[in-house]
Amino acid sequence: MFTYALRRILTVIPVLLGMSLIVFFMIRAIPGNPAQVILGQKATKEAVEALTHKLGLDQPWYIQYLKYLKGLLTGDLGESIRTGAAVSQEIWPYLAATLELSLAAMFIAVIIGVNAGIISAWFQNSWFDYVAMVLALIGVSMPIFWLGLMEQWIFAINLDLLPTSGREDVRNPIEPITHLYLIDTLIQGNTDQFIQVLQHLVLPSVALATIPMAIIARMTRSSMLEVMKSDYIRTARAKGLSMFWVVYKHSLKNAIIPVLTVIGLQMGLLLGGAILTETIFSWPGIGRYIYEAIGYRDYPVIQSGILIVATIFIFINLVVDLLYAAIDPRIKYN
Amino acid sequence: MKKKWLLAMLVFLLALSTALAGCGKSEETSGEKNNDQEKSAQSTLVYGRGGDSVSLDPAVVTDGESLKVTKNIFDTLLDYNDGDTSIQPALATEWEISPDGLTYTFKLRQGVKFHDGTDFNAEAVVFNFERWANGNADTFPYYGSMFGGYKNDESHVIKEVKAVDEYTVQFVLKRPQAPFLKNIAMTPFAIASPAAIEKYGDKFGENPVGTGPFVFKEWKRNERIVLEKNENYWLEGYPKLKQLIFVSIPDNSARLNALLKGEIDLMEDLNPADLKQIEGNKDFKIFKRPSMNVGYVGLTATRGPLKNKLVRQALNHAVDKQAIIDAFYAGQAEPAKNPLPPSIPGYNDEIQDYPFDLEKAKQLLAEAGYPNGFEMELWAMPVPRPYMPDGQKVAEAIQANFEKIGVKAKIVTYEWATYLDKAAKGEADAFLLGWTGDNGDADNFLYALLDKDSIGSNNYTYYSNDELHKILVEAQTISDENKRIELYKKAQEIIKEDAPWIPLVHSTPLLAGKANIEGFNPHPTGSDKFTKVEFK
Repeated sequence: MFTYALRRILTVIPVLLGMSLIVFFMIRAIPGNPAQVILGQKATKEAVEALTHKLGLDQPWYIQYLKYLKGLLTGDLGESIRTGAAVSQEIWPYLAATLELSLAAMFIAVIIGVNAGIISAWFQNSWFDYVAMVLALIGVSMPIFWLGLMEQWIFAINLDLLPTSGREDVRNPIEPITHLYLIDTLIQGNTDQFIQVLQHLVLPSVALATIPMAIIARMTRSSMLEVMKSDYIRTARAKGLSMFWVVYKHSLKNAIIPVLTVIGLQMGLLLGGAILTETIFSWPGIGRYIYEAIGYRDYPVIQSGILIVATIFIFINLVVDLLYAAIDPRIKYN
Repeated sequence: MKKKWLLAMLVFLLALSTALAGCGKSEETSGEKNNDQEKSAQSTLVYGRGGDSVSLDPAVVTDGESLKVTKNIFDTLLDYNDGDTSIQPALATEWEISPDGLTYTFKLRQGVKFHDGTDFNAEAVVFNFERWANGNADTFPYYGSMFGGYKNDESHVIKEVKAVDEYTVQFVLKRPQAPFLKNIAMTPFAIASPAAIEKYGDKFGENPVGTGPFVFKEWKRNERIVLEKNENYWLEGYPKLKQLIFVSIPDNSARLNALLKGEIDLMEDLNPADLKQIEGNKDFKIFKRPSMNVGYVGLTATRGPLKNKLVRQALNHAVDKQAIIDAFYAGQAEPAKNPLPPSIPGYNDEIQDYPFDLEKAKQLLAEAGYPNGFEMELWAMPVPRPYMPDGQKVAEAIQANFEKIGVKAKIVTYEWATYLDKAAKGEADAFLLGWTGDNGDADNFLYALLDKDSIGSNNYTYYSNDELHKILVEAQTISDENKRIELYKKAQEIIKEDAPWIPLVHSTPLLAGKANIEGFNPHPTGSDKFTKVEFK
């Protein structure tokens, strides 16, 4: 187990290197001289040359790449062209906002999705199974934009239960410490604000959770159905074990591997792909941060933003891989 | 056996529903709490808008989202009247123009202090103008375009700015500039605290210090900007609000939801289609911003069949403007026949628009040598703007119009920055775009958008006419207002004949807010001062 984990962690290094190379070239593949685009049409030749030099774009690509790599290793992600602040400092609040949102969404998606899948498989072809799978189909195909606006309209305006947008009440703002507001308000012992943060989290995380929830439910169901037909399950039941334990312990343990893969992939997608939800609910997350940077042609932010999201994606997959081995001792990679 | 599963299921469902109900309850109680807070906090106004500011140093930006905030932190020497672009005193109480139009002498308001406690005086004014004049197009873009360049440029209008005494400042110009006072009143030329500029340097844009009605308190990027009342504001008894908060909610519909829920008090860019929803609700009201914009179809004069004037005229005949207004602007716009909106001095009302006449259009196309029409691209704006609430749909309507005269338009769109970038390079055939005026002067429309000097910046059509250029440059330098108006009227005749655009609409931008908001008069420039706004 330990050597497997170590080996698996070591394989991350070339992947990260390759990724940094791809991001590096992707940014440079955007047509035109970035300096010209940044300064606009009216810029003088001298100004363009000066900025080209400042950005290091007049050097050969491998020197640029090595410098960029050196910066990355020392935690230097460059400076935002729009704000002039270091990206490494600027990016955390956005990343924290997205983390909070996607973890909440994933929490909802996993709890409901896995259970709905299990129960559907357990009572296959029952009304619950049909309803759950139809809902899952709707969930996969529902446009988040529309769902978000409907949620706001029903739960915020008509039922007056929850706020429509943002992370906090601007009239009663939160003093950030870690920028993960649930944690911040807990540290400060401010229960009113903690509840406020939770309320702001409900609608966007439910909107964000729909698609992964549906995918997880369908995956769990099919995986469970397969496992529940196996001999050892029949044996377990023949021994007189309660069905609940057969399903939730013996079947689930074997059925969960493919579900874990899906959960890992979905979590990664949520991190980078929450932009629609972030727009509708004006959630100041990393998706909007990168999106706005594209509008302003803020290359260092785009480059570092993509890199960070991709790195997190890789690490989530690493964790999932390690979990396989932990859950299923038969998995041994040589 | 079976009973056991059922029991387990029931326990699970019970636990789940208790948990959910518990959540529901806590949400409800604190929801009420929020409402209570709102009632006691009617001195705070939360303004919802689509985007965030770039910088809060008004001199370094060109985007409306920055200027509408700095308008409330800073004052200018002169200001626009509520509701139009005529001039009124602000930091300067009176001014005198020499007969040759070359010297402007301003008497400054006495006893005014910047938010950092330093004095506002003639030296501060000189400091600010020196700072801008020593910059370039990248550092202070508006200064160069309004005052003809920078210190060492031949075309720079301002020869010198000097402090005559502590409260008198004098501008000496190299040549007369007709819209000089209107330019001075523009939000980018607000007077900032010299001490703060020196203290913060590059970071002044995040630590703005002016003399305005509100003091900067906090900026969380992409979320909100918080301003607080300036207790020592020079206008006695104002501002009325204790706090002014700008929040960014990018989606128009989501912003409306936030207003209906009471999270924000006032919102801009209401979708015209949502007008009815507000009008039928007694808790809210509509604020209409006087129109100072134009939405148009640019016809790039250097591309394919569009090189031919007759083709451009034919396309002008082929667009049903009123139908577009009814369908996509909820009637909140008027058809445009000139690039200039009617509220601006110099508007030529004698011009007859190209009537919507498909036969005439076909005839012109045949005359131009395209009896069977042709194919081209029509670019649709990817972002909503007051002058173009839904670029895609307007483009589709125009596409259908063009189809009838045999012109097959393929609708194309790009991400916004790319769109502008490519259009500025002349890569579009026909494209949707618009403009909101900065200072209410005809120059700010006609020269900025259609003069040959502006090709590569805001003249996206690459339209170039030497006669027009001569007129527009002459109009910039003379100070006789009547003569200028004549020149601009002539300019509009030339533009109508050459048809580089299909002028579509002058729209009335809509805002919606709580019914008890008073003293808010949306300004045509799009930057509002909240000094006199209060809740009744």
